[in-house]
Amino acid sequence: MNITRRQALALGAGAAVVTMTALPRLSLADTDAVKAAIDAVAGGATPEVANVTLTAPEIAENGNTVPITVAIDSPMTDDDYVTDVTILAAGNPAPGVATFHFTPMSGSAEATTRMRLAKTQDVIAVAKTSTGKVYMDRKTVKVTIGGCGG
Amino acid sequence: MAKSKPRVKVPKSADKDEVITIKTLISHKMESGQRKDKEGNPIPRQIINKFTCEFNGKPVFSCDLEPAISANPYLEFSARVPESGVFTFTWVDDDGSVYSKESKIKVN
Repeated sequence: MNITRRQALALGAGAAVVTMTALPRLSLADTDAVKAAIDAVAGGATPEVANVTLTAPEIAENGNTVPITVAIDSPMTDDDYVTDVTILAAGNPAPGVATFHFTPMSGSAEATTRMRLAKTQDVIAVAKTSTGKVYMDRKTVKVTIGGCGG
Repeated sequence: MAKSKPRVKVPKSADKDEVITIKTLISHKMESGQRKDKEGNPIPRQIINKFTCEFNGKPVFSCDLEPAISANPYLEFSARVPESGVFTFTWVDDDGSVYSKESKIKVN
């Protein structure tokens, strides 16, 4: 079988992508501090992984300003709306990043900000609704240059 | 440090009950308390720890900020506009300073 130079390159690149995405998955267990922070928001309930969309770059070149957007699927009416959304960074010196408080006046439960990430880690969003439901989403962000001083 | 200057982007007008996007930015160093100076002494934390947005006196959106928020904190969120009125934005500094800004909007 003849493989052209172009095909060989494509194969190599594909294999590299597979190994790079597979490896960091191994070491991402939540520390006690992160578990405690999630519990504090969820109030003991186990958050359901649904309805929350956390948008963050896959690779952040500069850990000092990482743009993140969190959006929650909710009707945002007086009876059923998202009250609080907490953003946590699992690998920072302190896991807390920000807590957004929404009201029915917010119209939609969506917010964007910029955060610091010390190293490659998971970013977690935990959302609480006025009906007592707790949802979450998480996203791994690779950081090239950490952003916590030092 | 130079005085923190808040900047806000709100549309001038909107339809009734339209959901608009508001963008805010305030210049602030957001000193995390994790960094050390040349002698190795920790630099004390000084951040904006709270942001609130009200419309005609009613709360719309607020946010508790932690040291993990970047310098010059940027926030983008949405608001429903039921009537013409004034948005009031406030930022609270660790040192007790309060920065605020107002923005009018007209409902067509």
